[in-house]
Amino acid sequence: MLPSTAIHERSWRRTASTGLIWGGVAAFVSVAGMVMTFAEREIVAGIVSMGHALLFLTSLAAGYQAARRSAGGALITLGHGALAGMASGAVLAALAVLAHLVNLRPVLINASPELFALLTFGRGAAGAGLLPAVGAALGAASAVAVLLPPAGRRPLFAGLAWILFLGMFQELLQLSLLTGSVGGAIGEWLYSASGLLPRGALTVFAVAAGANLVWARRGAAVRGRLQQWSPGRRRGLRLAAFALITAGLLLVPAAGGPFLSQVMVLVGLFAVLGLGLNIVVGFAGLLDLGYVAFFAIGAYTMGLLTSTGEHGLAQMSFWAAVPIAMVVSMIAGVLLGIPVLKIRGDYLAIATLGFGEIIRLLVLSDFLRPWLGGSQGVLAIPKPAIGGFEFAGPEQLFYLVLASAALVMLVATRLRDSRLGRAWMAVREDEDVAEATGINLVNVKLLAFGLGAFFGGLSGAVFAVMLGSVFPHSFQLLISINVLALIIVGGMGSLPGVVVGSLALVGLPELLREFAEFRFLVYGAALVVMMQWRPEGLWPEPVRKRELRWSTPEEEVEATAPAMEAGERPA
Amino acid sequence: MRRSLHPRLSVVELYLWAFRATVILVVIWGTIGTFRAGHYGREHWVEFVVFGLAQGSIYALIALGYTMVYGILKMINFAHGEVFMSGSYTAYYVAAALARSGHLDRHPFISLMAVTAVAMATSTTIAVLLERIAYRPLRRAPRLVPLISAIGASFFLQYAFRGLYGSGFQAYPEVAVLRGTWTILGVGILRTQAVVLVAATAMMGLLYWFVMKTSTGMAMRAVAEDKDAAGLMGMNVDRVIVTTFAIGAAMAGVAGVLYGLVFKQVHFFMGFVPGIKAFTAAVLGGIGNIPGAMLGGIVLGLLESVGPALFLDGLGIVAPYQLKDVIAFTMLVLILIFRPSGILGERLVTKKA
Repeated sequence: MLPSTAIHERSWRRTASTGLIWGGVAAFVSVAGMVMTFAEREIVAGIVSMGHALLFLTSLAAGYQAARRSAGGALITLGHGALAGMASGAVLAALAVLAHLVNLRPVLINASPELFALLTFGRGAAGAGLLPAVGAALGAASAVAVLLPPAGRRPLFAGLAWILFLGMFQELLQLSLLTGSVGGAIGEWLYSASGLLPRGALTVFAVAAGANLVWARRGAAVRGRLQQWSPGRRRGLRLAAFALITAGLLLVPAAGGPFLSQVMVLVGLFAVLGLGLNIVVGFAGLLDLGYVAFFAIGAYTMGLLTSTGEHGLAQMSFWAAVPIAMVVSMIAGVLLGIPVLKIRGDYLAIATLGFGEIIRLLVLSDFLRPWLGGSQGVLAIPKPAIGGFEFAGPEQLFYLVLASAALVMLVATRLRDSRLGRAWMAVREDEDVAEATGINLVNVKLLAFGLGAFFGGLSGAVFAVMLGSVFPHSFQLLISINVLALIIVGGMGSLPGVVVGSLALVGLPELLREFAEFRFLVYGAALVVMMQWRPEGLWPEPVRKRELRWSTPEEEVEATAPAMEAGERPA
Repeated sequence: MRRSLHPRLSVVELYLWAFRATVILVVIWGTIGTFRAGHYGREHWVEFVVFGLAQGSIYALIALGYTMVYGILKMINFAHGEVFMSGSYTAYYVAAALARSGHLDRHPFISLMAVTAVAMATSTTIAVLLERIAYRPLRRAPRLVPLISAIGASFFLQYAFRGLYGSGFQAYPEVAVLRGTWTILGVGILRTQAVVLVAATAMMGLLYWFVMKTSTGMAMRAVAEDKDAAGLMGMNVDRVIVTTFAIGAAMAGVAGVLYGLVFKQVHFFMGFVPGIKAFTAAVLGGIGNIPGAMLGGIVLGLLESVGPALFLDGLGIVAPYQLKDVIAFTMLVLILIFRPSGILGERLVTKKA
């Protein structure tokens, strides 16, 4: 047993190192350029920008983590929070002083004078001294939040989250929703040209916190009453909610205009890709990193069949070409699937990645240029039309994408609940056991590859008409990674998870233009964090959740033993 | 290997045989075609071979990191290419500063040593952090989990360095002494390539000695053999694993500087393709096997350098050099399908059994 003073000393040291780590994070996001890019988006006009919010968040997080861990009275908790916050501020201060002494710009291109003006509150090196103080205040504030009872903490968080949300999406809200007489008046009260007004922020905070308080009081009662409803009435309610969501989606182009429609078109295309890859990765457990190949094959088939330009082969209509593009992709999926049938796990990932790159390099090469157009691609792909209605721009294409996504969603749901779906899950859990129960591994795996590619082809075909041209540069490995990330963030094998994932990983970065530059940085970090914190994803499938959690050591041995054995056998 | 009695598998096997036969036919047909056309003289082939050896020894150095980590953790360190990139890119700034001050030309040996030291230090730091943050907490998780974490870490590192150093290409400075050629045995060899070959061979020899003769190396081999037993024998398994990552990364750092000397360009995305190729090399030689990685690197480098001219040119393919990566990736897929144990894999299996 250590003497208690030693324990105390150690816990303080741990708090300080927590603060230093978060300070390191803050310093990294600063010199990597995130703070300055985000600073352009003001949340509360003239007071707080998203760049500030990002830095504040690190200090808040440091204080929160340290305060949560600390044992002892309120004052000690407060002390831990403040110390961690101060340490995180101190790292930033050190960075600011360093930048004052040495010009970091030749190496770190984002270490601009503007960044350090922001960090030092515009006061030069002297301002750096303020940073630990601000950090300590923020750390202490989050320690206070820890000390508050949940009933007090939740409204506070809700209010702040809504301010952040309304501040981040101000352009969109001001452009689309807050128009007309009532909406316009609300908009004018809340917003100035560049961000939320202070009075707007206060209003938002009050409304959100108030609503949260009311819900905390009444929510349980409302939920209880719903539970008592008859199944028929609850079904009706669910149908009504579904109809409301459908109506809302159908109105997106009208309410949101071309910009929001374009964003939603991309979200839909990635959702279709995600649903397709989900069959391969989520259902059958085959990690495919070359999925972009099928997206490319679908797009090129569509381009070649419909283009009116020099590479066009048939000048078909979109509707005749879509099924062909999907079938061609499916055949490619099966043909590329056959060789990798016996490869397992991580080797499979690398082999499929190899295939994906081979396809891209072939398309890009001068060798196939006479047929595929090389780096210039296939041009002049006409927009689809039905009757007199042409899917000319994003507002019309949105409906095409929505319809394809709905169709694919339906098919994927039915597949999941079918005999084939159960066979996939069995293969995912354990190939050898699945084979022993009479599942034909070859058929089942090839169907997974083929159907996954089928949907990938659909997405590619729509992508081709959306752009009106196809270039090899659209089919980088990054697309595969993007799709994989959205499946994993949403929850592997979970269909609603794919939609959540594509909204979060494709929709958000498109809406927040500043964010787009750091998209892959955040995706990468998200994959690493998700694997440790929530390997089952944001909206998990119940089975998957049980499978991927490894909480207690006893469970762990049971859960991982089959996987390890399966992996260690030569593929 | 499992054999199913189901008749469908024979169709699959037929397809695989056809696949194999096609590749072999393409290689033979192309080779015959190339020699008949006779575009290339002796000096061309020598040039290709030397370049292939230089490039291959760089791949080999990177492959060592993959193979050592795989040997111990049975895990593909997908982010190893980025470890290589971090060293190369960071060392570029030192090299550029030394070139500006003129040290690089006046004291090339010492300067290059300093540049290499920086590259090794950066790569090692990144690899140790990577292991600590992205891999260690997942050591007991199902296999797919650390792989996904590694893919995430790989992209995080790429775009982190893009944020720090910018998205442009940077030109590695040239060293005056290394311009031009040396004539060895009547063959003119580019000086950079000769230096790369010597340096890489020396590093590989050093590594082999380290793993085989030192007590740390012995500990690494013991942990690779059986982690749990090694832990029970009182070894600090975590420390051995970190050491393995660090040594693999140091090799990647050296490879980063050599890559800069040969290809003269650095970029935040530069680690990806060499990373995949080095992985191919590791698999080619037999993953988990250190001499295998060296051999695999050299073979892959040669194939990639000689291949386009030898196999593809004879088929009448325009601009065959654009397809050199296709050769490497095809090689990767072929080995994974037909001989996942690699060239030296068998020996490893028997030794372990």
